[in-house]
Amino acid sequence: MLDTYQTLETPESIDLELHLAGPVVRMLAFGIDVGIRAGIQILVAMVLSIFGQVGTAIMLIFAFTIEWFYPVLFEVFYQGSTPGKKSMGLTVIHDDGTPIGWSSSIIRNLLRFVDFLPFGYIFGLIAMCSNDHFKRLGDFTAGTLVVYTAPKQAIAPIPEDTPMPPPIALTSNDQRAILGYAERIHDLSPERQQELANHLSFITQAKDRDNIIWIVRIANWLRGSK
Amino acid sequence: MKQQQFEAKYRDEWQLFEEQLERLESANSTDTNLSNFASHYRKICYYLALAQERRYSPHLIDKLNGIALRGHQQLYQHKSNIIYNIIAFIVSGFPQHVRKHAKLIGLASALFYGPAIIFGLLVYFSPSLMFSFQSPDQVADLVSMYNPENNAEAAQSRDSEEDLVMFGFYIRNNIGIGFQTFASGILFGLGSMFFLIFNGLALGAASGFLSSLDYDIPFYSFVITHGAFELTAITIAGAAGIKLGFSLLNPGLLSRKQALIIAGRESIQLVYGVMFFLLIAAFIEAFWSSSSILTPTVKFSVGSIMWVGVFSYFYWCGRSSKPSQEELQ
Repeated sequence: MLDTYQTLETPESIDLELHLAGPVVRMLAFGIDVGIRAGIQILVAMVLSIFGQVGTAIMLIFAFTIEWFYPVLFEVFYQGSTPGKKSMGLTVIHDDGTPIGWSSSIIRNLLRFVDFLPFGYIFGLIAMCSNDHFKRLGDFTAGTLVVYTAPKQAIAPIPEDTPMPPPIALTSNDQRAILGYAERIHDLSPERQQELANHLSFITQAKDRDNIIWIVRIANWLRGSK
Repeated sequence: MKQQQFEAKYRDEWQLFEEQLERLESANSTDTNLSNFASHYRKICYYLALAQERRYSPHLIDKLNGIALRGHQQLYQHKSNIIYNIIAFIVSGFPQHVRKHAKLIGLASALFYGPAIIFGLLVYFSPSLMFSFQSPDQVADLVSMYNPENNAEAAQSRDSEEDLVMFGFYIRNNIGIGFQTFASGILFGLGSMFFLIFNGLALGAASGFLSSLDYDIPFYSFVITHGAFELTAITIAGAAGIKLGFSLLNPGLLSRKQALIIAGRESIQLVYGVMFFLLIAAFIEAFWSSSSILTPTVKFSVGSIMWVGVFSYFYWCGRSSKPSQEELQ
């Protein structure tokens, strides 16, 4: 299946799902970081300019630190996310799902220099588009992944209705599809709700609204409402 | 068990675990009662496995997946004593890594000093070659920097604050070059080789040209002390970069992907050492090498001691202790 999910088996022998982040969202996050970085640099330069040459010296060291270690410091001390990544809901982790540490973070960020070549992150973009984990060269070398952080949303309630047993035996995939439909129903437009539900017309012998109600009732039964 | 019963029965536990996760994830966690974290986490894994097996609804599985992932991140994180690691690295780790990669560093040194010596001699015997390498303005700058007369004047006007500015400049510039020399090695070693050869040519050009003008004493007395650290650091950075590139060219029995990760893990240890050396070099260059109070004799003696010191450090240090199992994380 063509998707951006990656399964990771943990020592507890469960399969965790990782949602990999693609080039576009990562570029947006990078753009935000560039802005923040420029802002910090200008602010610090303004403050330090009061202190004459000592200020210049500190500014040069500070500029060096920001240029090379801005992402490293955030990734190590801020749950794997720079402010830009955080605002896009992204985080950096090791290939095995463990949090990123000093060495990996320094490797992946030093190699930005090569990902940037020949200009504007061309190498990085080519690398990201030519593997199924969206890794740039720095990610390959450090063994890291950029993933979406787990959504913190609450479980969407399935609309309450009288439970009804399905007229035919449902496979487990069918059951998941029906439950998934019922949970997502609030996010769909009425037209889309009907369009999806009408795929079942040949079983229900009904149309539109009746189909939706039919599915919701079955979902209630599957979920175990009384 | 139907999903609704399942949720009703265990929802409180999930809630508690999530609260514990939030406390752990906040930066200044004061939660010291972690004794039940591991067992909680195992239970969450169990619930997730059950929910997946019983094909409960996607939302529920996503939710459990989310908190299990966060728990996994908390449980398997690596917390190390950074100060202790840094000291152990300087005392034994860095020289051990340098010895381990002696051949590669030898190769990098050949790529750096070879062009430096050859081009240096060429420029010394026919100084006009210098202009094929640098523009007349750059050459004029270089010459005025080491002109003994200018130097005396400049030295009087230069105060300690200016030294500090130069310290900042050297840190930014030189460590940046070190990082670039390393990182570009991933292009099959070619980038590192380019930086090594290019910087070697620059060194050779400057020393050859200034020697031909009889400015050799101000130049070499300036370079010798910090050079022990700076030049060595650049060759080590180049070696670390070439190691990355070679792992792609010759991965051995590993996949290229795996070979690159392992090479990266080892070469970053060399890069830590490069940073350490370049910091020392920047300090010496700004506050010692540029000093006009010190006579060239003093500088040459201290500089020679530094070179001997650097090589003895690489040769002797960290031999008694076992190879550090715990790398600088």
